[in-house]
Amino acid sequence: MSKLKENFNDKKMTAVIILSCLGIVSMLADIFSYKKALWYIVLAGVAGAIVANLNEKSNAIIYDMLLTDNYAIWFSTLILALVLLWFMVSKDQYESGVYNSSDNYALILFATVGALILTSFSDLTMMFLGIEILSIPLFILAGSNKKDVSSNEASLKYFLAGAFASGILLFGITFIYGSTGTFKLDKIADWANAAGSNLPALFYTGILLVMVGLAFKVSAAPFHFWTPDVYQGSPMFVTAFMATIVKGAAFAGFFRLFYTSFTSASGSWALILSILIAATILTGNIIAVYQSSVKRMLAYSSIAQAGYILLTVLLSNQEAKYALLLYIASYGVSTITAFTVLYHVEKIKGTDTFESFTSLSQTHPLLSVVMTIAMLSLAGIPPTIGFFAKFYLFSSVLKSNTSYLWLIMVSVAGSLVSVYYYFRVIIAMYGQHEPIISSEKKQIPAFYNVLLLLLVCVIIILGMMPDVLMSIDNL
Amino acid sequence: MKDLFTNSLNGYILLSSLLFCIGVLGVLIRKNIIILFMSIELMLNAVNLLLAAFSVHHNNPDGQVFVFFIMAVAAAEITVGLAILVMIYRNTGSVSIDALKKLKW
Repeated sequence: MSKLKENFNDKKMTAVIILSCLGIVSMLADIFSYKKALWYIVLAGVAGAIVANLNEKSNAIIYDMLLTDNYAIWFSTLILALVLLWFMVSKDQYESGVYNSSDNYALILFATVGALILTSFSDLTMMFLGIEILSIPLFILAGSNKKDVSSNEASLKYFLAGAFASGILLFGITFIYGSTGTFKLDKIADWANAAGSNLPALFYTGILLVMVGLAFKVSAAPFHFWTPDVYQGSPMFVTAFMATIVKGAAFAGFFRLFYTSFTSASGSWALILSILIAATILTGNIIAVYQSSVKRMLAYSSIAQAGYILLTVLLSNQEAKYALLLYIASYGVSTITAFTVLYHVEKIKGTDTFESFTSLSQTHPLLSVVMTIAMLSLAGIPPTIGFFAKFYLFSSVLKSNTSYLWLIMVSVAGSLVSVYYYFRVIIAMYGQHEPIISSEKKQIPAFYNVLLLLLVCVIIILGMMPDVLMSIDNL
Repeated sequence: MKDLFTNSLNGYILLSSLLFCIGVLGVLIRKNIIILFMSIELMLNAVNLLLAAFSVHHNNPDGQVFVFFIMAVAAAEITVGLAILVMIYRNTGSVSIDALKKLKW
């Protein structure tokens, strides 16, 4: 306990401590009956964690396991901001009475702790623990609609894919440990530098297995097969959480590991990773075209976006960190917005197909404007942040290594295909005019109107002034 | 080939890889969910064995500490997995993955 207090006074790991305590507070809400106030408590707690995180002692080494450098602090802040946003938009789902808000909030908060660890680890032990702390609550959350068989199925598929991927990741970590004799990221990097070009096969195998394990977690093709089913079966806002925060944290961890430890051995994995990226972009974008459910389309779109984000890992330099931060911010905000609109449309119309968006512009003009801007941002069309994130990413890849021109061409072709399925939603909303049934005129709460307008402002303002994120020193 | 058996570390790598592959094959081809869970445990225990062997080889205790972390996490993970299995059994009356075919396009 005194150690805990010492860390707290020393401004180390404060955000992690706050979130863990908040999770316990949230679990006790049922017993001490403050469930009505829980949403406000959680919101205040997460806001507090953001402030604490920004005040975190920089470059502190915590038991040789975590390192709070600028990269860790800014990615944690981004993830916490997305979590705060998530708690605001998901209020309606957890007040409907189908889900027990105190249990669900506790699990989300614990998963967030894992996400924070994934941004700041300096030891492979912590990376493994971060991934597990992040995924185990999500296995439960995916199945939180207990009576629904598709939710059950999503939960089991996520569990099997997650546990299988952890096994492969661990086998890779073991091989790396076997060849280097350490779990510390910087010592692995030193070892690889000293060994030069004659690295043992054990080390290469380890890197490849770790890459496969992490590719499972970020749903890169050909390890993406679980994603569409899990995203479709889970409750709407759990899917939103998986698609934004979990994915963002997994990428932050992926990049941190490869950037810190494996850059000097990049000759061995760059080619395989670039093939993986091309496959991911093509599979995600092409299969998304054939979907009839918007939720499943967003799942395939998230696979395709994972391909673009993986370009930063391939790049592994200083500039790639900015590209990664910008892309996760852009993708996170746009996706949360899209899922919020989809949640309300599904609630009003009863399904999540493309047809349910028909003539939405007549009954809900605000929802359609918001959805249009979210889709434009995901497709990467100015003046949204999505455009700038993609532009910056592609140009920084070309600037550092022109031999990846073919990969950029694949990415641009993929983006062009993606315009088709994102615009299908927009065309359904504005193109067709059908007689309106009066039950479809039900309006959404005023709170959500304000929130959605706020999200649109964020997407557009960040698109106009991306320098806000670019001006961070020494990321 | 002789070197393979005289160097004791290679033996451990071989045995663990074999156990791991049995686990992977089990996950990929079996239908009963409980057997899938057992196969996942086999994968994790293959890793544990190899970590302990490497730990002795490098004369470094970190590997054995990692084994404890894996054991704890595996226990937590399988608990959640069994809870999911009970939930599925209540809804479908079966523990075979063939009972779950609702989500596809």
